[in-house]
Amino acid sequence: MTAVSTAKRRSADRHAVAVGLPRWLWIPAGVGFGLIALPVLGLVVRADLAGLPEVVTSEAALAALELSLRTAAISTLLCLLFGGSLAVVLARSTARGLRLVRPVVLLPLVLPPVVGGLALLYTLGRTGFAGRQLELWFGITIPFTTAAVVLAQTFVSMPFLVVSLEGALRTAGERYESVAATLGASPGTVARRVTLPLVLPGLGSGLVLAFARSLGEFGATIAFAGSLQGTTRTLPLLVYQEREVDVDGAIALSLMLVVVAVVVIAVARPRAAEGLR
Amino acid sequence: MTKLAAVLAAAVLVLAGCGGASGSPGARTLTVSAAASLTNVFGELKQRFETDNPGVDVRINFAGSSDLASQILAGAPSGVFASANTAQMDKVVAAGLVAGVPQIFVTNRLQIAVVPGNPTNIQGFADLARPDVTLVVCAPQVPCGAATEKVEQAAGVRLDPVSEEPNVRAVLSKVTSGNADAGLVYVTDVASADGRVDGVGFPESENALNSYPIAVLTTAAEPELARMFVELVRSEDGQRVLKAAGFGTP
Repeated sequence: MTAVSTAKRRSADRHAVAVGLPRWLWIPAGVGFGLIALPVLGLVVRADLAGLPEVVTSEAALAALELSLRTAAISTLLCLLFGGSLAVVLARSTARGLRLVRPVVLLPLVLPPVVGGLALLYTLGRTGFAGRQLELWFGITIPFTTAAVVLAQTFVSMPFLVVSLEGALRTAGERYESVAATLGASPGTVARRVTLPLVLPGLGSGLVLAFARSLGEFGATIAFAGSLQGTTRTLPLLVYQEREVDVDGAIALSLMLVVVAVVVIAVARPRAAEGLR
Repeated sequence: MTKLAAVLAAAVLVLAGCGGASGSPGARTLTVSAAASLTNVFGELKQRFETDNPGVDVRINFAGSSDLASQILAGAPSGVFASANTAQMDKVVAAGLVAGVPQIFVTNRLQIAVVPGNPTNIQGFADLARPDVTLVVCAPQVPCGAATEKVEQAAGVRLDPVSEEPNVRAVLSKVTSGNADAGLVYVTDVASADGRVDGVGFPESENALNSYPIAVLTTAAEPELARMFVELVRSEDGQRVLKAAGFGTP
């Protein structure tokens, strides 16, 4: 929803008089930025830059990076499919009881990720009520597989997409859709030609947030999927494990994660937020 | 605006105050950094120490030994360090933060934790390599994983685990939750699981005994208290508590 208002304001700026910012706003804004940026700077300062290329190109690191990118991409697609549908239902449906659905959808934001992982384990694990049926009927066991990594990431990331998209849908409202419908557009055409372009910035930032959250996922993954190179050991899990013996190596790997995340957010977010211009 | 800032500042101060020291004023405090595997026994020893020394408040920071060593090296105030392996203690010694020489106070050995009743019929180390056994072990970077590798070599058995966990408690929880058939943990972990797993011992564990060193730190605020706590751990009473939890004597 902020994304939409930003985009709107920007296009409006060309015609209207620019309203300056209150000057005091820079102080808390600066503190906020410092709180996030300084620890990252601390990481860079502490890093052993000479040994960095060797650590980052090691077999374990490349396997983890590949797995992280692959699972985060699949999780983001699942978030789009299921979370996107959920957001539309939450924003547009008038069905009773939906007020109770939203807090549940937001739970993964509050739940410590490791608890989320345990919840998944107690549900879809070998002794969980759903997992036992899966094993009995289909011979499928989920823990310790790449599928478990994807499920854990989707679990923690989905609220980000739902919140962003639902906000965008509510901000956009139904006025334009109604007009298009009265002019004879079919529901499919309304969705494609009216609704989607209006919510695209919100959807875009939701997707970026979900991808970034999946990329950094640790707690739910270690609890539900375990850690094995090439199968379940994503980059955050490798960082945690390396830290035991080689803090410099762990920092180098963290920087690799930071770089990937920064590239994703810096490149994708503004474009997504501004929509297709 | 200044009003809002004042309210914010007051809120921050109040919140920060909540995290401050509790307990009676003038009480003496001893901070102990202890390996996670010592959680139960050191909890018991702490109570004994506080009973024997009225007015003393013992605070124990339980974590993985490498985390504790990093914290101590980074200047965390602590009086005693009890590590689950010598490598992490050596780091602290090398930094000149240990007063005197670290003493080995207990040993610990690996045991196979299996689902209660041992439905997969695991009788020894070699059974862990069976393809029908879902096995979980520690990652080689942590002490229990290093010990696992040593035993593998000694036994001439190559394991094929489904997961290498970051600590021994994570291995145990994969077995207690029934998601793994077997896990390699310490004897003390099996003992602390209260019947939620069964333990299967194996002679090859002799090849990878883990020694636990303890030492007084130069950063101790109350060196005398720190020394007394180390004495209690190494006393007959202390050793009895440790032995009851499954630890071996050095």
